[in-house]
Amino acid sequence: MLIDWFTVGAQALNFLILVWLMKRFLYQPILHAIDAREKRIAAKLADAAAKKAEAQKERDEFQQKNEEFDQQRAALLSKATEEAKTERQHLLDEARKAADALSAKCQKMLISDARNLSKALSRRIQDEVFAIARKTLTDLAGASLEERMGDIFIERLQSMPDEAKTSFAKALRTVSDPALVRSTFDLSAAQQKAIQKAINANFSTNVPVRFETAPDLISGIELSANGQKVAWSIDEYLASLERSVGELLKEKDKPEVKPENKLKPATRPQ
Amino acid sequence: MRLSPDEIIFWQHGFLKLNGTIVFTWGLMLLLTVGSLLITRKLSTGLKRSRWQNFLEIVVTGIEKQIEDVGLPHARKFLPFLGTLFLFVAAAALCTVIPGYEPPTSSLSTTAALALCVLVAVPLFGIEDQGLGGYLKAYIEPTVIMLPFNIISEISRTLALAVRLFGNMMSGSMIIAILLTITPFVFPIFMTLLGLLTGMVQAYIFSILAAVYIAAAIRVRKPKTKAEPKS
Repeated sequence: MLIDWFTVGAQALNFLILVWLMKRFLYQPILHAIDAREKRIAAKLADAAAKKAEAQKERDEFQQKNEEFDQQRAALLSKATEEAKTERQHLLDEARKAADALSAKCQKMLISDARNLSKALSRRIQDEVFAIARKTLTDLAGASLEERMGDIFIERLQSMPDEAKTSFAKALRTVSDPALVRSTFDLSAAQQKAIQKAINANFSTNVPVRFETAPDLISGIELSANGQKVAWSIDEYLASLERSVGELLKEKDKPEVKPENKLKPATRPQ
Repeated sequence: MRLSPDEIIFWQHGFLKLNGTIVFTWGLMLLLTVGSLLITRKLSTGLKRSRWQNFLEIVVTGIEKQIEDVGLPHARKFLPFLGTLFLFVAAAALCTVIPGYEPPTSSLSTTAALALCVLVAVPLFGIEDQGLGGYLKAYIEPTVIMLPFNIISEISRTLALAVRLFGNMMSGSMIIAILLTITPFVFPIFMTLLGLLTGMVQAYIFSILAAVYIAAAIRVRKPKTKAEPKS
């Protein structure tokens, strides 16, 4: 008999026990391990996908920020260039202004120096001219000149305007002292008489006259009473010329002096 | 000459006996259980794992894949039964390289026991899937006349399952035993290698046929996809 039924039963039981043992010690642990690994890999993949997505997002953000930064940098660079250009222009303008101011100042100083020099020169020439004229006239003074001076003084008294005559006559009358006639040289008796006569005639009064010699007058005769004075002297011409030249020097626009025209009156008494 | 390891009697007390088939089966059970226990004791859930764990994972996932390919849904539900069928038959064949060992599958009692287990398991899985009425109704499909034929089919395929495995395994052992007496040393080695191949093929055929029978029992309620394979 090939089949032993006890063995069949025992083998069936053995097989069922083996099924349980295999299930308990082989299939379950192995399948659990596989499942755990798959789960772990799936988790890792999900994590990797999440990280990738995050990295992508961060990359996009970074790219965006980079672009923004580039734009800002370009804008700032452009602004800085513009400002530098403006500043350069401003500095150039300032430098130009400063240079112009300096140049104007220098020019002004040069003009001022030139003017001062011209003024000093003019004053020196004036002084020299006056000194020469005084010296010449002093050297030339003589009897004939003195006579001529007396005559001219008399003419002067006669040609005085009426208002001046009236005013001077009033002054002569109010004063108690005699009228003073000063001259560079001693007047002769005839001259003194003629002058006395002219005074009396012109001012319609009979006042006493005192004659005095004053060497400081340059070739001239002078009548003074109560602060008023009638005079003729070369010094007067010279003073007039000096005043005229001084006024001329004060004029800024006309610094130059033409002395030959102004010197003409000085020669007139001769 | 022994036709079956049943004839090796270690102990007997009346009906109870301890023969070679049972002892070798216990040995295989011990080998499979202890081997599984040792390997699965330190299982790694990470990417780095031992070679033995890789081997077992390949075996288990390979069996699972085969069950899915047959058409059974929820392969893990049938994995312990079908997987153990394959592993037991395969281990029984592979251990023939051990001198003095005789495969328990070369005993008709063992193959009959395995076939009976399949015979019982098929209706159990069928009833679990579609209920008792639904399963029994399949026997009178398409007409009541088919009932005896269906019953005969069930019995004959179980018998075929048992005899096929027994015949192949027994013949392998017999041929080696005969060849050892005629041409010792070299020729039996090739026959042993051939026997290993035959054993693996038989293990595959036995478990796949069992899977197909279960799949057929489950698929019965779907007429359009009904395709009960004949063994």
